[in-house]
Amino acid sequence: MSYQHISLVVNGVPRVVETVPMRRLLDVLREDLHLTGTKEGCGEGECGACSVLVNGELANSCLMPVGQAAGAEILTIEGVSENGAAHRVQKAFAECGGAQCGICTPGMVMASLYLLKRIVHPSREEICEALAGNLCRCTGYQKIVDAVRAAALPDS
Amino acid sequence: MRSYVPDYELRVANRLDEALSFLAAGEDWSPIAGGTDLMVLLNAGKLFHRRFVSIKSIPELRTIEVSNDLISIGAAVTYRQIREHPVLHGEFPLLCQAASWTGGVANQNQGTLGGNIVNASPAADSAPPLLVHDARVRLISTAGERTVRYADFHRGYKNLQMNASELLCKIELPRRRAGWKYFGRKVGTRRAQAISKCSIALALELDSDVLAEVRLALGSVAPIPMRCVKTEEALRGKNLRAATIERACEILRTEIAPIDDIRSTAAYRALVAENLLSNFLTNLYDAQ
Amino acid sequence: MVGAPVRRKEVQGKLTGTAEYIADLVMPGMLHGASIRSTQPRARIRKITYQAGVPWDEFVIVTSDDIPGKNRVALILDDQPYLADDQVNHLHEPILLIAHENVDLLRKARTLVAIEYEPMTPIFDVHASLSGETLVWGSDNVFKRYLMNKGDVDSVWEKASFIVEGEYSTGAQEQLYIEPNGMLAVANPTEGVTVWGSMQCPYYVHRALMQLFALPADKIRVVQQETGGAFGGKEEFPSVIAGHAALLAWKAGKPVKLIYDREEDMAATTKRHPSRTRHRTAVDADGRLLGIDIEFTIDGGAYATLSGVVLSRGTIHAPGPYLCENIRVRSTAVATNSPPHGAFRGFGAPQSIFALERHMNRVAQVVGLSPEEFRRRNFLRTGDATATGQIVNQPLDLVGLQERALREADYYAKIERFRKSNATSALRKGIGFATFFHGAGFTGSGERYLQSVLEVETMADGGVCILCSMTEMGQGTNTVLTQVAAETLGIPYDQVYILRPDTAKVPNSGPTVASRTSMIIGKLVERACLELQGRLIGAGHLRTPYTAEEFAAAVRACGVFRSGVQYQEPPGIHWNDETYQGEAYGAYSWAVYVAEVTVDTLTGETQVDNFLALQEVGRVLNPVLAAGQIEGGVVQGLGFALLEKVEWRDGAMANNQLTNYIIPTTMDVPPIRVLFEEVPYEHGALGAKGIGELPMDGPAPAILNAIENATGISFQHVPLTPEDILRALEPKLRAAEILEEEMV
Repeated sequence: MSYQHISLVVNGVPRVVETVPMRRLLDVLREDLHLTGTKEGCGEGECGACSVLVNGELANSCLMPVGQAAGAEILTIEGVSENGAAHRVQKAFAECGGAQCGICTPGMVMASLYLLKRIVHPSREEICEALAGNLCRCTGYQKIVDAVRAAALPDS
Repeated sequence: MRSYVPDYELRVANRLDEALSFLAAGEDWSPIAGGTDLMVLLNAGKLFHRRFVSIKSIPELRTIEVSNDLISIGAAVTYRQIREHPVLHGEFPLLCQAASWTGGVANQNQGTLGGNIVNASPAADSAPPLLVHDARVRLISTAGERTVRYADFHRGYKNLQMNASELLCKIELPRRRAGWKYFGRKVGTRRAQAISKCSIALALELDSDVLAEVRLALGSVAPIPMRCVKTEEALRGKNLRAATIERACEILRTEIAPIDDIRSTAAYRALVAENLLSNFLTNLYDAQ
Repeated sequence: MVGAPVRRKEVQGKLTGTAEYIADLVMPGMLHGASIRSTQPRARIRKITYQAGVPWDEFVIVTSDDIPGKNRVALILDDQPYLADDQVNHLHEPILLIAHENVDLLRKARTLVAIEYEPMTPIFDVHASLSGETLVWGSDNVFKRYLMNKGDVDSVWEKASFIVEGEYSTGAQEQLYIEPNGMLAVANPTEGVTVWGSMQCPYYVHRALMQLFALPADKIRVVQQETGGAFGGKEEFPSVIAGHAALLAWKAGKPVKLIYDREEDMAATTKRHPSRTRHRTAVDADGRLLGIDIEFTIDGGAYATLSGVVLSRGTIHAPGPYLCENIRVRSTAVATNSPPHGAFRGFGAPQSIFALERHMNRVAQVVGLSPEEFRRRNFLRTGDATATGQIVNQPLDLVGLQERALREADYYAKIERFRKSNATSALRKGIGFATFFHGAGFTGSGERYLQSVLEVETMADGGVCILCSMTEMGQGTNTVLTQVAAETLGIPYDQVYILRPDTAKVPNSGPTVASRTSMIIGKLVERACLELQGRLIGAGHLRTPYTAEEFAAAVRACGVFRSGVQYQEPPGIHWNDETYQGEAYGAYSWAVYVAEVTVDTLTGETQVDNFLALQEVGRVLNPVLAAGQIEGGVVQGLGFALLEKVEWRDGAMANNQLTNYIIPTTMDVPPIRVLFEEVPYEHGALGAKGIGELPMDGPAPAILNAIENATGISFQHVPLTPEDILRALEPKLRAAEILEEEMV
């Protein structure tokens, strides 16, 4: 199989990877670009631990061949802090106890960011629906939902 | 990840004619759109095709066009696009509802209507709504175009009325006059991001208490998504009464053929199908 | 400090994606490893063929012949091989290991190892195992038996006004930590073995590797990486995967990383033991328990692992928080040809408590009392003796706890409201509750046997560092132990550190299991800090009261030193392993959980609409972390009750994908109200008792009690699926099924 040069913009930085285009975006991020914040929990698109933003849209990177991401702008958890300062979603997760073991947290943060871009003050129902594709085994979700509510408050 | 990924090829087609050339080449190229079915197979070591052409970014396949008599949805339109489209929302609520039930948010951003159709699972969420909305599918190849009623599209389990050089490019939904009532329900393995155990889509046109027109389709109760024409016949033109409803349920029981599988049982599926149909019609009757 | 919701110690890395889990680590020259597993449940291995398609000469291949030490996983009975020799006893049993630098080639190679077997007769259920017809383990297929006896239960049947029987069962449950198992190893005869990985018990792995490689303690080093959930699933299992990674590394002379994918992890690693419980209960005319007779059986799978200990805890918890003079529990852990079952939060108690709390409702019904009144008449009180004869010597008010829970849940009003609305709706609502306890720490003499050691060390920057083997896996260990230290020393939280568990650097404070960490290890932290403080004062560098700066200055003046302490058993703990009588646990936490459900009679689906979790836990060290533990445990319990069903084929999990093994999403969980009461336990850190596993025990019986309230139908098993509910609701369906069977 032919290796190709594929260009992506990752966390604002143009990158070029040399790989087979069917390779999962998840593996390219983790192995070629050493951005290991995006996690593999299932490889089936069920757990959301691999969630990233591709051209601003939430996507499961375990289901995306990197060939389809050519030319795209990708945001991973590593790109979420703004100039080293925590994003208000990250702060809220810390304050509210939204992270326990932390393995689902990068995906939860990405899904929360995506929600708050589209709904500025989501209700609890809207938060639950937006995060239904991100599985957590530790928290029972209560404090994750609290964190997103807190992050969405007008004065946060 | 259980596949030897270097064995796979992927090309990206940015234009429709490019994609069609690949499919016509006789070199076993297969289309890939959102990847939400195919990449799961790749991960599991069960993706037997090797050569894929991505159709995801072909412009004609990504649009939803509204004309006076029909809506034409491009095959690479995502569930999220469907959910957010105002005309679809207003006139084809079952399809939008099904789109909101398909996977989580990320899967709805990546998954496409065309992909859901050609994956041909009898549990496909979009299938029952497409059946009751009288959908047609437009197939295109280098040799030309043709349109098939979606109700005729499934020949058998994972066996579609299309050949390897054809690409599903549009799904057409004829617009209806107002006054139809719609009912849809999916019973999945849990409340979100679930594979359907049994799903129902029902569309009715009521003329006082006469069921002037009926469309009934079920998922996960047969090898294909099923339009229940016999049950429809038992309802069409009849008055909405308890006896009619019971008769329709009897017919439904004989018309569907659910199985036991890893997620559920034939008996459960059959009973749920009957209960949902009966319950909806009874509520409608009570409301009169 | 303690009692305050301070931020999780290691939260920063988790939020920014910089926390390093084992899959994130790479080393120069690293190979990737994989396991080749049995495709037969019980068979002799005849032939292994390496098929063409990859350059096999480039691969490292390890079989049982390559094991330097003993081919047995050191645990309790040491019956489980690392790699099968000539026989396999369960599907997915590891037979050989392969490694290669190129992970793609490795994946291809995995499909190219062909193994021929000579099948033997497997057994897959407890009945078959107990019948002894086919012996698959030892002389009678029995890993362990217990007889726990108080009084003389056989003497009460004649004088009982009521005798109530019931049979209950629970299925297997997959721990489903979102991070699969993984290890990275470096190993060679000169330097020894080092492994990094996802785990709960570094010293368990350490001991196992010593035996596997026949190396002394100082040649083995085990380091815990950030661990993405565990729940018991990484208690004993990591010894296996660590050994595998190390064997490959030993043979390769290079680092080897071995990470399971989700399918492998679900199918091949441990799960909660399936159980079957039979109850026979004698009650007098006033509704008082005269005798409790219980048979409790668990399926251990092909090898013993921790089945004996799971059985122990399940046995002790089986009769629950009730007073009864005559209690007998006969329990058995048996072998079948399934992948071995193992530790999962609750560890036998969720199984036996499910049976008990369902049964108590049945008994109440037969006797003609409400569930709450029946319990009121039978709860243990301060000064009473438990089933093991342990005197409840702490203030205990279960009557008050139950009353508060029902009041807070608005129980009586809802019973009435639901009764009315159910009459005219296809959606039937119900409310139900469970009352239970959970013992913290190792049973009986277990803690004494562990002889846990902990140290606190002064740091150059004026802070102190805790050195112990307790592993953070999300439950908040790092945070709570540093809070305890900070509180004890009167210094800021940020002046206390805790070292990542590394057997080369920290002493053995025992495994992170059994809800022991906050209570028992927290106590060691307290004592070590007091000793350290005493030494600073004794050396003349510190005078009380002191400020944080003064403390830091004193530490800097004294230089680096350590204060170490060892576990001291509280007075009055006597336990007899033969008779299973005595002080089973230092302390119990007590709880009442209330569940509200809606059952859709059209589809059999059950939604839990509301949940109240009230528990008395000694002392809440960190309210956010404590509530987080309860909420997470309740949701796992909800999954156990309604969603998580393992589909068995040839004795192994056929639905080993997240698509088909269903755990709750955000849309499946109710609002959960968590309430705490505190009766400080003097031997627990600052009064705390264990809570990690407690929340696993209550949800399943509370939910099924609620479903009975909603539907009037009694269900006796979990997971309780919509299929089960609809079948029971719909007699027509049963008739149709019978007809179908007759026609076949």
